[in-house]
Amino acid sequence: MRISTRYAAVALAVGAVLTGCSSEAGEAANDAAENTVAVETDATFAAGTTMARIADAGELRVGTKIDQPGFGLANAEGTPEGFDVEMAKIIAAKLGLSEDQIVFQETVSANREPFIQNDQVDIVVATYTINDKRKEIVDFAGPYYVAGQDIMVAKGNPEGITGPDDLAGKTVCSVEGSTPAENIRTNYPQAQLVLYDVYSKCADDLRNGNVQAVTTDNVILTGLVAGSPDQLELVGAPFTEEPYGIGLKKGDDDFRTFINDTLEESFEDGSWEQAWDSTAGAITGEPAPATPTIDRY
Amino acid sequence: MSFLVDNFTLLRDGFLTTLSLALLSGLLALLLGTVLAAMRVSPVLALRGLATFYVEAFRNTPLTVIFFFLVFGIVYIDLQFPTKFVAAVAALSLYTAAFVCEAVRSGINSVSTGQAEAARALGLDFRQSLTTIVLPQAFRTVIPPLGNVWIALAKNTSIAAGFAVTDLTAVLSRLANANGDQILAVFAAVVAAYLIITLSSAWGFSVLERKLAIVR
Repeated sequence: MRISTRYAAVALAVGAVLTGCSSEAGEAANDAAENTVAVETDATFAAGTTMARIADAGELRVGTKIDQPGFGLANAEGTPEGFDVEMAKIIAAKLGLSEDQIVFQETVSANREPFIQNDQVDIVVATYTINDKRKEIVDFAGPYYVAGQDIMVAKGNPEGITGPDDLAGKTVCSVEGSTPAENIRTNYPQAQLVLYDVYSKCADDLRNGNVQAVTTDNVILTGLVAGSPDQLELVGAPFTEEPYGIGLKKGDDDFRTFINDTLEESFEDGSWEQAWDSTAGAITGEPAPATPTIDRY
Repeated sequence: MSFLVDNFTLLRDGFLTTLSLALLSGLLALLLGTVLAAMRVSPVLALRGLATFYVEAFRNTPLTVIFFFLVFGIVYIDLQFPTKFVAAVAALSLYTAAFVCEAVRSGINSVSTGQAEAARALGLDFRQSLTTIVLPQAFRTVIPPLGNVWIALAKNTSIAAGFAVTDLTAVLSRLANANGDQILAVFAAVVAAYLIITLSSAWGFSVLERKLAIVR
């Protein structure tokens, strides 16, 4: 008995050292853990509904991005973290599933619809803008956040850009295939677009003076500005509305209503705000915005 | 189908950009690669060393890294390409030249030494024997490996999409995101456009190979 006590003491000490060593990643994980919403223990759903199927299966399959700081970004262990991920946890909790029972799959802009249609994921939470073309093949719950297209310029705004109209004749960087790029192409054709595949290259080009502005959703830009506040700044005048929704299989109205109810509940009980503060809000330092209005179409 | 009709101009422009990227880079890589191969078999040690260094440096560096350096790196030494298209052609040619060089060198090695010795006996110098005796025979034997290099190049052009060149792959991401309801049609159209380039060149190379085969 004496020996085992000693072993236990050693184990405790080692444990303490290990905990002490876990750096920022550990803290972030702790933060996330504190933030976790209480798992619904007595969740029951009518037989035949998607909710019942997922609860029985014991796993929620979620498509998310792993390259969007603040929304869905894979950490060193490959686990995605961010506001989108927190939204998925809130929904999982309501289904009676813990966060360990969420299976994340990476989705990129081009494969979100097929992933839903082919039943590879139950929901997609991936900075997924609700629009009519997408609504034809998938359904959206939410919005859970409304982003807006904004402009990022070099520190001090040497070109004096205050809005999209000032982009005429300027070189403007964005990502090929993105909605903001399409908006500039259609509505501000005098701007000269430079289109890369990721926004970090746009930031590089802005820093070295190859382009005069970068445009996309404000949440992405704030992440980039936070990364190099001495060189970049945000114009801070969003000129579009990009409602981020949760994509799910078309026609599954019960599931959509369930997610909408869950989101509304999270708006009211503060878990939505908490999720914001621990993820996207932690990067930008901004308080959580006003909660969006759920669109029950 | 109406979707393809609506976006025909964009697909065509992407196709032409990919095709001209491949053709221009292919031509430049063929020229540079041949010069490099000549350097690697030359009697001058410095030239051999330089060409060997070039080949090892470029064929062992990922193409994306070369692109990155030419687009974002050289700015810091106050250099810049006039357009992103030119930068892409430069990256693709520099990279592919290393592979062309090795293919051509293997062809040169396959020409029997008797040929070079006979050329020398006739009084031809190194340059003359290489250009009039050895290389013409070497090129005939390396058409299949050059075909490989060309097809790889045609597909490698897609990396330019990540560096602000609107090629077929860039068109793919643009159309796929704008037409969530038509993704399969988008993929099919873009794949078909690539196949037009690669399959027709595969066919062209096999014709060339048969026409130029050395009868032994």
